[in-house]
Amino acid sequence: MRSSIASGVVIVAGKGGVGKTTVTAVLARAAARDGRRVLVVELDGKPAIDDLLPARDGESLEVVHVSAPDALEEYLNDHGFKRIAKRLNRTGVIDMIGTAAPGIDDIVVLGKVKQFERSGDYDLVVVDGPAAGHAVTFLTSARGLADAVRGGPIRQQSDDVLELLADSERCQAVLVALPETTPVNETIETAFALEDEVGIRLGPIVVNGVDDGVPLPDEEAEAAALDGLDDNSVRALVAAAAYRRSRRAMEAEALDRLATGLPLARITIPALPVAGLSAEDIDTLADRLVGGSGGGS
Amino acid sequence: MTRSPRDASTGSVPSEAETSGPGSIAEVVRDASVVVCCGSGGVGKTTTAAVLGMHAARAGRRAVVVTIDPAKRLADALGLEAGLSSEPQRIEGVASDGGGELWAMMLDTAATFDGLVRTHADDPEQVDRILTNPFYRNMAGAMSGTQEYMAAETLHALHHDDRFDLVVVDTPPSRNALDFLDAPGVLSRFLDHKIFKLAMLPTRSGLKIFGAAAQPIFKAIGKVVGSDVLADSLAFFQAFSGMETGFRERAEDVVALLRAEGTAFVVIASPRHDTITEAVWFAQQLLDQDVRLAAAIVNRLVPDFGEVSDDVSVGGPGDLAVLVANVAELRAIRDAELAALQPLIDLAGDAPVALLPLLDQDVHDLAALDRIGADLFP
Repeated sequence: MRSSIASGVVIVAGKGGVGKTTVTAVLARAAARDGRRVLVVELDGKPAIDDLLPARDGESLEVVHVSAPDALEEYLNDHGFKRIAKRLNRTGVIDMIGTAAPGIDDIVVLGKVKQFERSGDYDLVVVDGPAAGHAVTFLTSARGLADAVRGGPIRQQSDDVLELLADSERCQAVLVALPETTPVNETIETAFALEDEVGIRLGPIVVNGVDDGVPLPDEEAEAAALDGLDDNSVRALVAAAAYRRSRRAMEAEALDRLATGLPLARITIPALPVAGLSAEDIDTLADRLVGGSGGGS
Repeated sequence: MTRSPRDASTGSVPSEAETSGPGSIAEVVRDASVVVCCGSGGVGKTTTAAVLGMHAARAGRRAVVVTIDPAKRLADALGLEAGLSSEPQRIEGVASDGGGELWAMMLDTAATFDGLVRTHADDPEQVDRILTNPFYRNMAGAMSGTQEYMAAETLHALHHDDRFDLVVVDTPPSRNALDFLDAPGVLSRFLDHKIFKLAMLPTRSGLKIFGAAAQPIFKAIGKVVGSDVLADSLAFFQAFSGMETGFRERAEDVVALLRAEGTAFVVIASPRHDTITEAVWFAQQLLDQDVRLAAAIVNRLVPDFGEVSDDVSVGGPGDLAVLVANVAELRAIRDAELAALQPLIDLAGDAPVALLPLLDQDVHDLAALDRIGADLFP
């Protein structure tokens, strides 16, 4: 933990529904507990992460929400285009710029991330990456834009971002998967796409929601344990155990496939028996991560 | 709500079709001519769309399912392993005595947009100028709302295709119902934008691009993005000139179809606080727009395995204690999930809400889709 996700920029990426926000929160909290100064950057306008990461005594952890139009305006302000920025914003033309030069949104946002990293105010900047399938384009946009725009402030910005992404000392992508067949397949595909197209360093793969509960007895021991119980109880106990074994077998197979497909370090975040995590749950998961019990391989 | 755990030795999930509300999902699929599946990412939207289409086909309807980004194994299950195709393909192995058929296709945003340009352009030369314009290529692929708009456009085209009497569309993952409902309007707003109008101001023939580029606002944009990018954009606007009316009318048709009587919006969620919150917000937006929610489907609910009698005495640690704790833990998760999804049931009112079990197997073939269908359509 300490060596892999303790400093620099960490971009948390994965398909919708895999728990990127949860993972962002757990990684950030774990690093903060470890004495790091941590900044979480949220991009999708999701307020939920604020509730997951309340202030805790003795920890340095901030959450900032970054939107592309604001980041663009700020960038232009800071680079001698104050009048243009005002005008662009007033006429709602930012959208059109985004259309003319796609990826500009991503560039100004990543530029902002770079600025946080460079400020020296934080040891670790964790970015709750963009949603659904957008992870690769989010990170490839700097290159695409550098090719399309030959001069001007945006070109400079994309060059700076490319430099950050390519610097394995300063930046890494952390992919989030669920322990199921399809999400694992998609994670493997995304990992290769990121490596081929972005050249960003891949950090550990985080598998979210792994059932790591107490092992169930095998069927023989089960039959012995159930001897003499009433039929209804036996039915419930047998069906629930069979279901849990089957789910775990599916998870184990998916995790095997992940290990074979992606020879990277792995962090597991256990499933909690709830229908949505609270700030306290995030603390619990972070403690397990710092303590090493949920740790890597 | 009845349930009877199947033979546990198969390891299969107890069958449970739990539906609240007086209607049924089967009625929705039987009566609608368009079913729009919406919800946030990762809740099983594509799979559910496929199950709805398959049931409709088995019930004798000629159904086509439009998917956005199916996982490879599901695409394989649907016979879409050839990859992206904007042409519907007939799915073999969905036999029906009633003349039903199942077709599937993947949304191809750029190809659909190209098709619209071809339809509305005056001549092949205009088509060429637009399709090769870099600004257009970016817009067709990347403009926010383009994917939603083309999904709606595809839906419109299939709705008027005689081969089909039901179109099931899987929408791009979105937090915002309006992204889809109003997607066709995005283009209208774009066309109404004063920058666009400024770019199309008639100037001296042949000097249009020059003329527009000299406008202060375009000079300003050019300084930021570079003059070549600006020139591409202006060239696009001018090439597009004359097609606005056709595009606008078509967009209005599509909007009307989305709000038509035979169009059913089905919200899909998983039983977790965050996705239910999104689903509720989504459904609320539909209601605010006077669009009726036809049904809600909650996937991935931990099944009910029945009760363990209070008489069962665990008597300390051991195998029995582990087994009893297992039932209790699954029950606790299920109860938390049921509590989490209650707001959606409350909001749905008369619309049916179906709860589908979290499976202990991956969905990767038609048989698995049928198993889900058996739960959804008891």
